[in-house]
Amino acid sequence: MRNTHYTDVAIIGGGPAGLAAALAARKAGAEHVTILERSHELGGILQQCIHNGFGIHRFKEELTGPEYAYRFIPEVEADPGIHVYLNTMVLSLSSDKEMTAVHPGHGLIKLRAKAVVLAMGCRERTRGALSIPGTRPAGVFTAGTAQRFVNMDGFMPGKQVVILGSGDIGLIMARRFTLEGAKVEAVVEIMPYPAGLARNIAQCLEDFDIPLYLSSTVTAIHGKDRVEGVTVSQVDDNWCPIPGTERYIPCDTLLLSVGLIPENELSQEAEVPLDRCTGGPIVDENRETEISGIFACGNVLHVHDLVDYVSEEAEIAGEAAARYAQNQAAAASENQVQRQASQLAITPGEGVRYVLPQRITPGAEVDLYLRVMQPMDDITLSLGGVALARKRQVRPSEMLKIRLKPQHWDSLREAGAVQGRELCLKAEPR
Amino acid sequence: MAIGTQVNQELERKMTCITCPTGCQLEVTRNADGELSITGAQCRRGEVYARNEILDPRRVLTTTVRIRNGSLPLLPVRTTEAVPKELLADAMRILAKVEVTAPVRTGDVILPNILDTGIDVTASRDMKRAEDAF
Repeated sequence: MRNTHYTDVAIIGGGPAGLAAALAARKAGAEHVTILERSHELGGILQQCIHNGFGIHRFKEELTGPEYAYRFIPEVEADPGIHVYLNTMVLSLSSDKEMTAVHPGHGLIKLRAKAVVLAMGCRERTRGALSIPGTRPAGVFTAGTAQRFVNMDGFMPGKQVVILGSGDIGLIMARRFTLEGAKVEAVVEIMPYPAGLARNIAQCLEDFDIPLYLSSTVTAIHGKDRVEGVTVSQVDDNWCPIPGTERYIPCDTLLLSVGLIPENELSQEAEVPLDRCTGGPIVDENRETEISGIFACGNVLHVHDLVDYVSEEAEIAGEAAARYAQNQAAAASENQVQRQASQLAITPGEGVRYVLPQRITPGAEVDLYLRVMQPMDDITLSLGGVALARKRQVRPSEMLKIRLKPQHWDSLREAGAVQGRELCLKAEPR
Repeated sequence: MAIGTQVNQELERKMTCITCPTGCQLEVTRNADGELSITGAQCRRGEVYARNEILDPRRVLTTTVRIRNGSLPLLPVRTTEAVPKELLADAMRILAKVEVTAPVRTGDVILPNILDTGIDVTASRDMKRAEDAF
């Protein structure tokens, strides 16, 4: 077939996950790695995250988003075994790891890979998902779109801003708009606690005296051609607006920072089963999905708050994908069937929203990543009844990482918990 | 950590440490001798942060400057270190007038010694010339 290319490891997405996965795959011995990137440059969303705070775990310093990306990009570009296709949009992926993509110069490209790493990232939740009543004027943006306009394209979307949702991107944009001369009237959050990191509340809102209204939401958008104002109401425990609490805030712009959704259209086309809690694929400790030879990492797998953990996760996926590509006989998928049969399901229990990986091989020393349901103080995290860690203060906005160590497996075996097919992870008060 | 005396202790301020994503809740108290004591930090950087936040609050400034003939119209820049918080607005006004020309490399000094702080403003990324970018 014309224009069919072959590669050992194909990586869909050249953001932080794709970059780290590519380098890890090469280090693990993959000879030919291909990155397929939709944009005209590598780096993904980091290129528009010009604020600092990236890399404190990995590099022990506070880098800006682009600086973090440039810790990887030159190495990727210099590696003769990594082939980068920019301006390349992957249109389809099959479960036997064949991709169709388009590129302005090469036209339609078919690519067959021994292993695939999904690293497509995520999308922002939009106004349509919220059903905010009111008119449909210009001036309603998602926070990430506004971030791109302000930081890369050089446009200010407005002068007087209300931000709905206290996710980190919204908080970062509250500061950014203020520094660029706009007035941010308020950040409005439906939950009784902020969705973003505590330090962003401090350095993005408190530093600039921007009010944060908790247990509140936007109940109407006003304006015909352009946003003229929003109505903000307090909500009760069931998120229902409380009559009589309405307040009108004049503004020309409403930013939405109301959550991110892993972008799994391609995964679904390849029949990769997804986890309803994370919105991303179900994976084992190698970040292999339930489709043999297809791996996933970064925000396509679950939404991260720290890029440091994305890089870490991508290295696991990249390395495993390289190993898979090397012994990619029929044996590999057969092994996977056997392995899957012996794996335990890790499920979220009391107080836990999700846990990842969702399947683990008994005895594996792995890091579990999880989020709790609500803010809690002094908790014990336990798996199958065995205590793993204690935490002083936990919040849904902060992803927790705990290591499952050999002694935990000993305790689980003693308790007879490994015989079951499922281990439940709980976060309980001490 | 300085051990604050129980008497004559005055709560100076509560604050969130911004040094890392953990975001420790710090309490700063001042005893009769004017000495600061800090509780709530899970590591030593929290103490340093709280002390600086009371005596000389500083922030790293990240923003953009215009770039001529670059692959994008804006170049992201940063101060190499934290600058005094009260200078942030002035620094923004100065950087709004700065324009550089592509190509630029990560770490290139865009504006030395901003507002006589001894701190430079540097490029956060490489930026190729428009004609080399695609």
